[in-house]
Amino acid sequence: MGILDKEFSDGNIVITKVEDLFNWARLSSIWQLGFGLACCAIEMMATSASHYDFDRFGVIPRNTPRQADAIIISGTVTLKMATRIKRLYEQMPEPKYIISMGSCANCGGPYWNHGYHVLKGVDRVIPVDVYVPGCPPRPEALLEGLLKLQEKIRHESLTKKQA
Amino acid sequence: MKTPDEIFDILKNNFNDDVIGIEKEQPTEPIIFVNPSAINKVCLFLRDNEELKFDSLMNLSGVDDANGEKVKDNDGSEIIKGGTLSVYYHLYSIKYKHKITLKTSTSREEPRVESVESVWKTANWHEREAYDMFGIIFNNHPDLRRILMPYDWEAGYPLRKDYKNPEFYQGMKVPY
Repeated sequence: MGILDKEFSDGNIVITKVEDLFNWARLSSIWQLGFGLACCAIEMMATSASHYDFDRFGVIPRNTPRQADAIIISGTVTLKMATRIKRLYEQMPEPKYIISMGSCANCGGPYWNHGYHVLKGVDRVIPVDVYVPGCPPRPEALLEGLLKLQEKIRHESLTKKQA
Repeated sequence: MKTPDEIFDILKNNFNDDVIGIEKEQPTEPIIFVNPSAINKVCLFLRDNEELKFDSLMNLSGVDDANGEKVKDNDGSEIIKGGTLSVYYHLYSIKYKHKITLKTSTSREEPRVESVESVWKTANWHEREAYDMFGIIFNNHPDLRRILMPYDWEAGYPLRKDYKNPEFYQGMKVPY
């Protein structure tokens, strides 16, 4: 990371790249939008609760998209909800990240064929960073997804646009 | 506590032709057939009659009987012409602990049933759902809007047997 290892003898000065500092700050406090859709949301809440404790990774739910860094799409995205999700995403400030949690949000899940009301994957309306498979994923899987997102943010560039 | 036959006899005496018959040859509880234009009056009677007191509408649901003629559409898919759509009412009396099922059938092309919202407030959302899923129009319903599908859903009624899902909704691709 470069922040702590390049220490001066003085102790009050560290040298790092702006990029590394920003990325470190961003990945250490991913505030998620307090937003749940279906049974995956129960699992997401379990991840937030004391046993799995999302907060130890700096993830706390915020109740407005204006103060959120990430949105976890936790559940079935209906067509009716998809338009609202798009609006919520647009209301979030940059940089913003999306975790698609569970089979429904990934690809429609069990509704892929006969779900007349289901959007077959939230990536049809908003760009997803991390897909977490499972139906629903266990809290460990969601934590893994978060760590993957952190890894992604750690290697972001301020100048070069990431794919 | 009254048996379905006794309830049917009471209804038959009071409503004559509007109560069409009783169906018992099936694994479910007996079903009383009612004329769709009289269902609100029959239901009000069932609720207020001292011997019956059906104070609870447990469920109201639409059904596509799909008993019409199946014809090929221009694009080769099958659509159903004619036949009926039905509405089922499951009633329960908390006072007497008896229950009964009502059924009313209406034409698929012009599906109109009288609303029982004025009898049981529960029916409000149940009828909106039947309208949303089957396109059954409930006369005198105070607020007959779609309840589950988006308000601007124009592709029809999803639980009809010949429903075809659209390619796109608001720019979003719908099929897998």
